[in-house]
Formats: sequence, C-alpha cells, structure tokens
Amino acid sequence: MTTAAPLTTVSTAHPAPRRGLRLTPAALMWPALLYLILTTQVPFFMTVYYSFFRYNLVDPGNRPFIGLGNYVNLLTNPENFRIVLNTLVLALGTLLLTLLIGGGMALLLNRAFPGRAFLRTVMISSFLVMPIVTAVIWKNMLLNPVSGFFSWALLQLGLQPIDFLAQHPMASVMAMITWEWMPFAMLILLTGLQSLPDDQLEAAKLDGATPWQEFQHIVLPHWSQAIQVVVLMETIALLQVYGEIYGSTSGGPGLATTNLPYFIYQKAFAEYNIGLASAAGVLTVVLTNILAIYLLRFMSRSKSSLGG
Amino acid sequence: MTTFTPVSAPRPANRHRIRNALLTLLTYLIALAFLFPLVWMVLAAFKTEAQAFATPPVFFFTPTLENFERALGGYFPALRNSLAAALGSTLLAFVLGLPAAFALAVYPTRRAQGVLTWMLSTKFMPAVGVIVPLFLIYRNLDLLDTLPGLILMYTTMNLPLVVWMMHSYMTEIPAAIYEAAKVDGASVVHEFFTIALPLSMPGIFATALLCLIFAWNEVFFALNLTSSQAAPLSVFIGEFKTSQGLFWAQLSAAATLTVLPVLIFGWIAQRQLVRGLSFGAVK
Repeated sequence: MTTAAPLTTVSTAHPAPRRGLRLTPAALMWPALLYLILTTQVPFFMTVYYSFFRYNLVDPGNRPFIGLGNYVNLLTNPENFRIVLNTLVLALGTLLLTLLIGGGMALLLNRAFPGRAFLRTVMISSFLVMPIVTAVIWKNMLLNPVSGFFSWALLQLGLQPIDFLAQHPMASVMAMITWEWMPFAMLILLTGLQSLPDDQLEAAKLDGATPWQEFQHIVLPHWSQAIQVVVLMETIALLQVYGEIYGSTSGGPGLATTNLPYFIYQKAFAEYNIGLASAAGVLTVVLTNILAIYLLRFMSRSKSSLGG
Repeated sequence: MTTFTPVSAPRPANRHRIRNALLTLLTYLIALAFLFPLVWMVLAAFKTEAQAFATPPVFFFTPTLENFERALGGYFPALRNSLAAALGSTLLAFVLGLPAAFALAVYPTRRAQGVLTWMLSTKFMPAVGVIVPLFLIYRNLDLLDTLPGLILMYTTMNLPLVVWMMHSYMTEIPAAIYEAAKVDGASVVHEFFTIALPLSMPGIFATALLCLIFAWNEVFFALNLTSSQAAPLSVFIGEFKTSQGLFWAQLSAAATLTVLPVLIFGWIAQRQLVRGLSFGAVK
C-alpha cells in the first residue's frame, strides 16, 4: 500500500505518515495531462508548422517555406473564401433554426399533458443517430428526386418534385443538420425552463400579464443562460460538421456545401496538399477558440454567480 | 406543472381546455414529423428492396427479416471494431481520467481550476486541426487502420469529458467522509479506492454511457484513420453512400442495427445527457 503526503489538502490537521513510495495528488493528474498534451497540443503545433510550407505528399522532398502563403491563398482566392463563408452560413443558419424550433418545442413540452415524459424521451432520438446514418438515409430515402419520400409528398400536395440536393444543396444540408441538432437545443432549453420558479409566473398571472408579457419579462431573462450554452456549444460543434456532408453531398454540387472540415479532408486526403490543409485546420481552430474562450469565461461567471 | 396560458380574468374554462388540447395536438404533430425519418428507416428495414424503392411509397406490407440477414455479413466485423473502439477508449479514458478528477476534486491546488479549464478546452480542439500530423505520425508508426490507433484518438475525445464530469461528481462527496478516513490514517490511494470510487458509481455509469455514445457515433477519425481492417460501423454505413435505390432495404437494416444501441443508451441516460453536454452549465 502506498502512502502519500497531500500537497495542499483542504484539511492538513492529520498529515498521513510518510513511508514507502510517495504518491502525491499532483502526480495523479499527470497521466491525463500528458496524454492530452501529446495527442492535441503536439499535433496542433505540427499543423501550425506545416501551414507555413508548400508541402505536397506527392512530392514530399520539395518543401519550400512560403510563410503566410497558404493563409493568403485561403482568404483571398475567391473559391477558397467561399468555403470559409459556407462554414459560417451552415453553422449560424442551423444554429438559428435549432434555437427557434427547439425553443418552441421546449415551451410546448413544458406543459402537463398525457404522454409528455414519453415524447420528451423519444424526441432526442435524432440527436443520438450517427451523423453518417442521417446523411445516407436522408440522401437516399427522403431527398431522392424520384423515389424519395419528400418528392412523393410534394406531388400529393400538387407541387413539382424537387431534386433537393442538386437545386437547394445548402438548404437541404441545413435541414438535415437542424433535424439532428434540434433535440440538443430542446433538451437544454427545456431543462432551463424547468428551473424557473413557479411563484414568479403565478405572481405575473395575478398581475394580469399576457402570455407574451410573461414570456418577454420572465421566461426570456431566465432562459438566457441556457440559450447561451446552446449558442456556444452548437457553434463549436457546427463549425466541425463533417459526416453529414461526406455522406450526402460530398461538398457539392461544385463547392456549394463544402465547409472547412470537408475542404481539409479533400485537400489532405485526395490532393495530398498538406500545407493548404494545415492552414485551413489552423483557421478552423482559431475560429473555434475565439468562441471557446468566450464560453469558458461565461461559464466561470455563471458558476461564481451561483456560488459554486 | 407550469403552463403558459393566462388564467387571469374569469375566462370560460372551455376555451382554456380547447386551447390546451390544440397545443398538445401540435406537440404530437411536430414530434411525429421529427421522428418520421427514423420511423421510415425502420419500416424500410422490414420491406423487400422493391417495396423500399417503390413510388408511390409502400406503407402496408408483410415484414421480412431478409435484409437483416444480408446486412449482417458486413455488419459483424464493423460491429466488433465499433465495440472494441468504444469500450477500449472509454476504459482508457477512465483509467487516465479518474485519478486526475479525484486529485482535482479532493486536493484542489491553486492551479486546479486552470488545469480543469485547460482540459476542457482540448475538447474544443477541432479534429481537423490535428488530423494532418496525426495521419502522418500514424503512417510512420503503422497505426493506420488499426484498433489501437482508433482507441487512442477516441480516448483523446473522451478524456476531458471524463475528467470534467467526474470532477463535478466527486466534489459532491462530503468532505467529512475524507476527514474521517484521514484520521484513521488512510492514504491517497486508499481514499481513492474506498471512498471516491464507490461513492461516485452513479456518475461513472452516466459518464461511461456518454463516452460510449460519442465514440460509437464518431465519424471523422474513423473515416480518415481506418479503411478496412479496423473500420467501425460509421465507415460501414458510409459505404452505402451512393446506393441509388439498389440496397435501400439492406441499408435501412444495417442503419437500424447501428443506431439502436445508442438510442437505448441515450434514452436511459437522458438526464445525464444534459449535464454532460453542457458540461454542467445547465442542470
């Protein structure tokens, strides 16, 4: 049995006797820390390093240093800039849709009605489905212009069938990803609603507040924390969408649905352009981290305000 | 339960009831619309290929298990890899993460909050920011298309979650229990195994479910670091990408078998899902 002398314990009134191998609490942290440093920080710095070179695996010997050349290419070449724009449109558009639908659904589920617990449980299903399953099922069985269910539904409504993925590729991908992420927004927002004290609403009702006034002055302010969590977590996740695009449009037609992650996959694994792929990787990390820093600051603020 | 319907003035109770019923109906309709793609998939899994591809769509049919039989050939090797990758990475993340969570929760130093925050921040590292060097390193170390290679990456993905979640569960253990153990001369290792671990079993269970779900559903590393030998279910399903009506029923059967375990786990762990997904910011 090993004994240890705690470094800075909460209570040092009874120091443990020192004998044998000393295992300090700090030492317990190091395996996890080292692992994360080795698998995230080291490769990321390598990505940064590669991003300054013209480096193609087809000709690995010829690797000239080109400074910010890859970044300049990424941000000035209109084709590549389109991809940065696609990434933002996809992430922010989907975020907005999930917030609106998820918020509405959370309000609807926050009422007493038969089957409420069951609905709440099954409604999270689409969030649990593997992204690539979502993509192939939607692409083949729902969005297919000939045999897809949606085309048949349009015909029944007296409309013309649409080749969704060819004519409205971005909208289709956004619909698919909204379907996946709406339950996340719904779940977090519903949890937020349920922590709303009943007496506040009672008081507002007694004062004769209309439902809209109630929503505006009581529900919405109380909701702001949950909304911020949804906004930040989803933005970070949606900037990294990959499986859905890989499985449905493969970034096309043309570049219509290529976002940064898919672009990096294409550049690195189809064109072996390590330099440009690395620069796009760094750009994605920078974009994500701007949001993550804000998230962490927000979370420590809300934690301290709750006294924990 | 709270309702957002006004009860202010002496309104007729009837109007109230009708409105409530309509809202409930609306809730069910939206739920049905959102569940439809999954229902359609499961239905197609029991159709013949001709029925699955038919226009107009077939709603009533005699179910067949034929598709499942045909899908199983490719499904089993991929299932084995998915199980190994999910279980292996969850286990490794716990082996590395539990001691760290324990140290940070029970012996918080001044740096503890910083360490926690940093660990969480690695969760925000987009996979695309590390994939290029990882691919090159894996190629040099012969880790491409191997299960250990996949497990190592999934552990990276799940480790911050384990540390963060288990830290939050372990801080909930009353300090008095540790005090008592210290009086009896318990060592750090002793405290870890006899107090922290047994008392945080519910948290371990919830966190493990989340880790399994995330590893099972992961696509990016799976597609880019494996090809055949170690290909998990996500890669297997990806092969149906362009199945233009040829194998819709078979695809549906394979997809149903793939998402079913995660659905069941997710429904069970629903409450913990909120805690894990928001890193405890919303409870």
